[in-house]
Amino acid sequence: MITKDEVEHVGWLCRIEINDAEAEEYAVKLSSVLDYFGQLDEVDTEGVEPTYHVADIMNVFREDVVTPSLDQKDVLTNTAEEKDGYIKAPRII
Amino acid sequence: MTKWLSISDVKEIIAATSAEEVTASYLELIEKSSINGYTCTSDGALDTAKMVDKGEVAGPLAGVPIAIKDNISTKGLATTCSSKILEGYVPPYDAHVIERLKAAGAVIIGKTNMDEFAMGTSTESSCYGVTLNPWDHERVPGGSSGGSAAVVAAGESPISLGSDTGGSVRCPAAFCGVVGLKPTYGAVSRYGLISYANSLEQIGPMATCVEDIAAVMDVIGGYDARDSTSIDNKIDYQAALVDDVKGLKIGVPDEYFGEGVDSSTEKAVWDAIAKYEEMGASWGKVSMPNTKYALAAYYTIAMSEASSNLARFDGTRYGPRSEGENWHVMASRTRAENFGKEVQRRILLGTYALSAGYQDKYYLKALQVRTLVKQDFEKAFANFDVLMAPTMPLPAFKIGEKVEDPLSQYLTDVNTVPMNLAGVPCISVPCGSSDGLPVGLQIIGNHFDEATLIRAAYSFEKNTDHHKARPGEVA
Amino acid sequence: MVYENPDGVRIGLEVHVQLNKLNTKLFCGCSTDYHDSEPNTHVCPVCLGLPGALPVINEKAVEYAMKIGLALGCDIVEQTQFHRKNYYYPDLPKGFQTTQYDFPIAGEGKVVIEGEDGERDIGITRAHMEEDPGRLQHMGSIDKSKGTLINYNRSGMTLIEIVSEPDMRSPKEARRYLDKLRSILDYLDVFNGDLEGAMRVDANVSVFMGERVEVKNISSFKGAERALLYEIMRQKNQIRRGGEITLETRHFDEARGVTLSMRTKETENDYRYFPEPDLMPMRVADRVPAVAATLPELPDAKRNRFLEEYDMTDMHAKALTSDQDIADFYEAVAQNENIDSKDAAVWVADIFKGEWNYRDLAIHGRTNDPVTPPYSWVKLSGANRKDPTITSSIGSDDLIYIIGSVNNGEISDNSGIEVIRIILDEGGSANEVIDAKGLRKVEDDIVATAVSETIAENEAAVQDYLGGAEKSLNFLVGQVMKKTKGRADARQARELLVAALKS
Ligand SMILES: [Zn+2]
Repeated sequence: MITKDEVEHVGWLCRIEINDAEAEEYAVKLSSVLDYFGQLDEVDTEGVEPTYHVADIMNVFREDVVTPSLDQKDVLTNTAEEKDGYIKAPRII
Repeated sequence: MTKWLSISDVKEIIAATSAEEVTASYLELIEKSSINGYTCTSDGALDTAKMVDKGEVAGPLAGVPIAIKDNISTKGLATTCSSKILEGYVPPYDAHVIERLKAAGAVIIGKTNMDEFAMGTSTESSCYGVTLNPWDHERVPGGSSGGSAAVVAAGESPISLGSDTGGSVRCPAAFCGVVGLKPTYGAVSRYGLISYANSLEQIGPMATCVEDIAAVMDVIGGYDARDSTSIDNKIDYQAALVDDVKGLKIGVPDEYFGEGVDSSTEKAVWDAIAKYEEMGASWGKVSMPNTKYALAAYYTIAMSEASSNLARFDGTRYGPRSEGENWHVMASRTRAENFGKEVQRRILLGTYALSAGYQDKYYLKALQVRTLVKQDFEKAFANFDVLMAPTMPLPAFKIGEKVEDPLSQYLTDVNTVPMNLAGVPCISVPCGSSDGLPVGLQIIGNHFDEATLIRAAYSFEKNTDHHKARPGEVA
Repeated sequence: MVYENPDGVRIGLEVHVQLNKLNTKLFCGCSTDYHDSEPNTHVCPVCLGLPGALPVINEKAVEYAMKIGLALGCDIVEQTQFHRKNYYYPDLPKGFQTTQYDFPIAGEGKVVIEGEDGERDIGITRAHMEEDPGRLQHMGSIDKSKGTLINYNRSGMTLIEIVSEPDMRSPKEARRYLDKLRSILDYLDVFNGDLEGAMRVDANVSVFMGERVEVKNISSFKGAERALLYEIMRQKNQIRRGGEITLETRHFDEARGVTLSMRTKETENDYRYFPEPDLMPMRVADRVPAVAATLPELPDAKRNRFLEEYDMTDMHAKALTSDQDIADFYEAVAQNENIDSKDAAVWVADIFKGEWNYRDLAIHGRTNDPVTPPYSWVKLSGANRKDPTITSSIGSDDLIYIIGSVNNGEISDNSGIEVIRIILDEGGSANEVIDAKGLRKVEDDIVATAVSETIAENEAAVQDYLGGAEKSLNFLVGQVMKKTKGRADARQARELLVAALKS
């Protein structure tokens, strides 16, 4: 179960604005999915290692060799607002 | 020009006419299409075709059009994941597979529709609206690579690329009656594939026949130093196109024929297994007891990873930007206003599953269950060369049928998600029909044993006619 | 004498070191050489967080991190990996920072500092690798600004975060710790500490065993001392007024010299760490011997060796080894057979280093090649940090020449110092400068000086001679000969003495 307050908290954590009515609705819909996920509790996983990667490889590195960067115009072309080569965003707080 | 061409058909026509004519006629078909399979076509397609005609571009796919799922980055061509949050985004770089395709002479003809950020089984969550199933316009094409499957099924491109996180290539391949491969995790570079759940997904080809799948894999497969999860394991896919399954040991997992599997679908799959037996293969039952937990584990992991992968869409560097008194409010509003409902649900659930106090209960537990699912496959492959099962428990469902109840849609992925958890390769091939709708046979192989998969699928195709069925031509 | 720590101050520091001597960033091939560049010109799909781009670890960065870990006496972990630290900020292009979490590359270690009451161990908790965010420029003050300008050139640079135990008891000890850390890192040649943002500090401060307060945004060592002094005073005042200290993060306002509470909704976080699926784990334990073999002799070891090999005070040994270039320079001078090592220590540590620091000279052109003793010469060349048009260079051969000239009386002590100053300010070799400035005493002057010194220093003999004891004159002539190291002619010395005594 997830409460309306928890939905609002999680919404803030993942930066999705949620109004009151939406929070109510999410609490119901997300709870049914979480209930379903809860069936994992049935599985005995005592001593079972988690699988983060299916491939069992390690030490994948690259050499410290410079490769070309993007042109400044390609960096700025997709942003909503630019100023003097900077990406402009609203103030932080 | 007739529809539904294979790569070799296309090459013959190019030899007789020109690559430009072939591309132009595909563009014309797309223009007239009523299925909404493409999100855009490429302005550069005709230029590439002309270069092929001039001999400036050569390669194994010279002049062959290919449709690309809209979550694979294409330089200079909009790539939006069918999401409003990437409206107007034009990547300044090509995905690794696109570089390979271009080097092989392929013509990127356009981008295909998908469930928003590959989250879905129906292509209904696209910001461009649903793609129609060419077999029945009231039904979904499957998802999330619904556009890629539908355009091949409708003859609007000979081949396409999709991506498969939990069945997103195989499901629409089955629903649209085409062939679709999900390679072994690490066999195809993900560089440039916009991540949904990065530990699970692979880019995979779709086509009207197994031969074309192998031809595309020979171009896009193999090591890429820019993807740290890419594995240097060279496979010669086309060499595996051998019509011979004598001695092939097929495992049939009971758990994939559980309740909820449509009876005609089940029959079509068993008929296929019988056909294999007739061709010289043998089969036996295998138990994969953790299958029933795979779905919950899959969704927990996928949503957790997605919640982080999709954090970058904050209105700052690309995509639309909403108003807000400060950056945080701007980001929250941009995301609320431009991500679709299903994407928002999955981000919220994934954030919750990773958050303090819940991470062990959900995320970590799911990764442990993943280990058990993987072990089920290891045990099965100790005794069998391949496994066979229905790709989807039922044929394409009606548009709108499962929109309101996300869980009911998740449940349709029950037979496709375990392979992504284990990282094993699998292919869906047409094997009959249910109520006039295509049914997919799923063949599952061991890690990097795509050769056996291709041989098994190719042999089936050579000895049956299911893959020749076309929309409108089935009773 | 034991330091009582009357306010129960406990300070722990988190120091972010930017490995700007790598050629490329941590996860992409973008050049690290962005400091004088236009904004957003050193970025690629990876460090700009473009959808679909994937990271690949820079192997050299891992090697440098291990080098730092080993130099701080840390245990290097068997196997490690990168995690995602999820939070939202406009300088973070992916919406998470790729960092290390439960298995930092380097575990516990220590740094020895000169504490309030003698040498003191400062514990190192851990050192881990992470990527640097981009750089934000607020258009006005942070809370009232009209907007934020973002430059992602810095995004993806390799950072090593070195976390200390709360073992420092005063801002002075914190400063000493930072100086020592800087000295060790300089020795390792993994970063250029003079570049903007090369070392950034966050501090944890508590008094009287109370809650700790984190102070962020400290951009210089001097700033660290000021921020800590302010914060300790603030906490003491708060307690004196009956208030309580609560766990919080405060922002250091460098211009005003105060720390400000940052408690807002925006800074509340739950980082949701999880292993980065796009990167594979790293097994590094078997690489330790190879990396350890590349470690130079570090300041503490060098200081001990200097004390053993050369005749000098501990104070000089410390002063000479805090900077590797100075240490090399000293050794090149001291190993000259005509120079006394104690003399050399005075000249290098007290005189040369003072002149060097006074001019705020940066060392340029240092090569990575280890200079193996015995040194023939070491050239230090400097550019004035305040006025980069002033460049100068001085070699150990110059200093050897100066010390030799002073020792044999050719020039005075003061002239020796003057020669160093002139070389640093105007250039030239020691020999040229001494000639050009006419600092060399001519032979007659040398004898004349020796005569007047002898007369001044030997009053009794002078009185005896004036009283008629001729033998005393022989003694005085002997003294003059000794002072001039035999270069004076005995008859000339006698004549000059007689003349001087008559007048
Ligand atoms: Zn970069």
